[in-house]
Amino acid sequence: MAFEIGNPGLATTVQDQGRTGHYNVGIPQSGSMDQYSAELGNALVGNTAREAVLECTYLGPVVTADSNVVIAVTGAPVEVKVNGEPRPQWSRLLLKAGDELSFGVIQGGTRYYIAVQGGIDVPEVLGSRSTYSLGGIGGFKGRKLEAGDVVPVGAPLLGGKLPQADTVPEEFRPGYAKEQEVRIVLGLYDHRLTDEGLGNLLNEEWKVTPVADRMGLRYSGPGVKWKEREQPFGAGSDPSNIVDAGYAVGSIQIPGGTQPIILHRDAVSGGGYAMVGTVISADMDLVARAAPGTATRFVAVSLADALEARGDLAERRNKAWAALGASR
Amino acid sequence: MTSEAAVLPGARYTWGGDEFLFVEVSEAMSLPANFKVMSIAGRLSQARLGGIVDICPANASLLVRFDPDVLPPEELERAVRDIERDILEHHEHVLETRIVEVPVWYEDPFTAEVAQRFREGFHQEPEGSDLDYAAKVNNLKDRAEFIQRHHEQPWLVSMVGFVAGLPFLFQLVDRDKQLEVPKYLSPRTDTPKLTVGHGGCFGCIYSVRGAGGYQMFGVAAAPIFDPAQALPDFEDFMVFFRPGDIVKFKPVTEAEYNRIQTEISAGTFRYRQAPVTFDLSKALADPEGNNRQLMEALNGI
Repeated sequence: MAFEIGNPGLATTVQDQGRTGHYNVGIPQSGSMDQYSAELGNALVGNTAREAVLECTYLGPVVTADSNVVIAVTGAPVEVKVNGEPRPQWSRLLLKAGDELSFGVIQGGTRYYIAVQGGIDVPEVLGSRSTYSLGGIGGFKGRKLEAGDVVPVGAPLLGGKLPQADTVPEEFRPGYAKEQEVRIVLGLYDHRLTDEGLGNLLNEEWKVTPVADRMGLRYSGPGVKWKEREQPFGAGSDPSNIVDAGYAVGSIQIPGGTQPIILHRDAVSGGGYAMVGTVISADMDLVARAAPGTATRFVAVSLADALEARGDLAERRNKAWAALGASR
Repeated sequence: MTSEAAVLPGARYTWGGDEFLFVEVSEAMSLPANFKVMSIAGRLSQARLGGIVDICPANASLLVRFDPDVLPPEELERAVRDIERDILEHHEHVLETRIVEVPVWYEDPFTAEVAQRFREGFHQEPEGSDLDYAAKVNNLKDRAEFIQRHHEQPWLVSMVGFVAGLPFLFQLVDRDKQLEVPKYLSPRTDTPKLTVGHGGCFGCIYSVRGAGGYQMFGVAAAPIFDPAQALPDFEDFMVFFRPGDIVKFKPVTEAEYNRIQTEISAGTFRYRQAPVTFDLSKALADPEGNNRQLMEALNGI
């Protein structure tokens, strides 16, 4: 079983839950940017949360199935078409051999996911099928898909058993608003900001710029001020510089005090820019859904709040699986 | 004898959201700071705490990723603080590691070509080369003297990261002999694979082609990241360097560089390397004498 790729779309990659354990040598976690949407796609087609999916960015691919296969498209709102006919999103679909899956224009958000029964079956590299393009590992030959690629699909799991429900109820689908509140835990090097700088970060509005990809999202806004100091040995000359350190995934750096950058799943693992806080794990999918222009407010929460939000998200996820009659 | 690590103040503990603990051992780069980071990382790794996802030692700080559903943050912090205290009391000073000879073609045409594309608006002195500039800001006679200083004393891999397998390198010399060169004014969008670079007090080898802001001095002759794991040095893992490795650069000519390329194509290239014991106290008391001993390990292999 396989998908034949016609037009590959803008940046279509194979992703799963990601690759941990090798961040210490600079290999990022990768994985679906919007984990929640990707795994509900898996739920619809009778997979576990671990199977690999295709992540589509703005412009989706044209895909032909070489045999009958069960799929679902989840994530950012987009017109889904089979042989040119519209089909519902967040629902289980059957592609017959030779059917062509294609997409209209994205209507919000950034990424949508094609999940397929059995999962995308590329070889695991360091425990994951996720694509890390910069390092050229994982996914389909370590790169985004190109026209003519034939992407293998695995055999159905659970003896081909599908969940009772074939559609994710509305209440369990994420929103794609043009405004977001992103919760962060302040820390790392926030003490290096002036009071005014910290105030700007937390009280002003920031807009996602077009410089946003799997590595990170850059925001424009009023800027911040860093405290002047005599720089420590090895730290570089700008007050936003530190001696090169590891970067937390989700951390916010503000090089030169101008544009905050939130590091996401393919980010560099370290560098010489001070981080001032970190997006809580429960809001990383939310950030991944932010299209350029999204007006954003950063809300400081405590570590305890972050852990509570993490628990809430896990509960919501479990309820969504249960609503489908699927087992994670 | 006073423990060098003991003169460092206690580390600063701070959270990177609900999945990362950041331990800043020192704001400034130094050998004792890096040594302490590596000691904590090593001990934490040995402790095999459930719920630890990644342990990332960096130049003067440590980043730990954990799963808070398995390991509560306060428990992780307590464990790391216990290790830090224990290290202070036991004066851990010795690292069992290896020294590796890395052949470099200095003043190569690959980095020269890329440098030419990023001069005006990118570089402090667009007219000269990166090496000319590096020599000048270090008050050295010319680029030949800079190259000499660059390869005559070894470097410690003080961190691996940024991108897959990229080593940050800290030269094992007194602070007044450290080579310091500012990064490009604005980062390049391109850097040749295996560029030997330098920014601030750190050297590096770019493991993959891509963006970069470090000054470019040459190109390493052999891979340091090999996803296909084709060469024998990569049999166990696709990344060659580990924190704590010691690197001795060896200048090579174009002809030697080409010979190495032939060996790589044939799958026979191997790095010259030897096991060594690195003693922090000796390295601080007499860097060059200690380096001579370390480099002797490379003789006769």
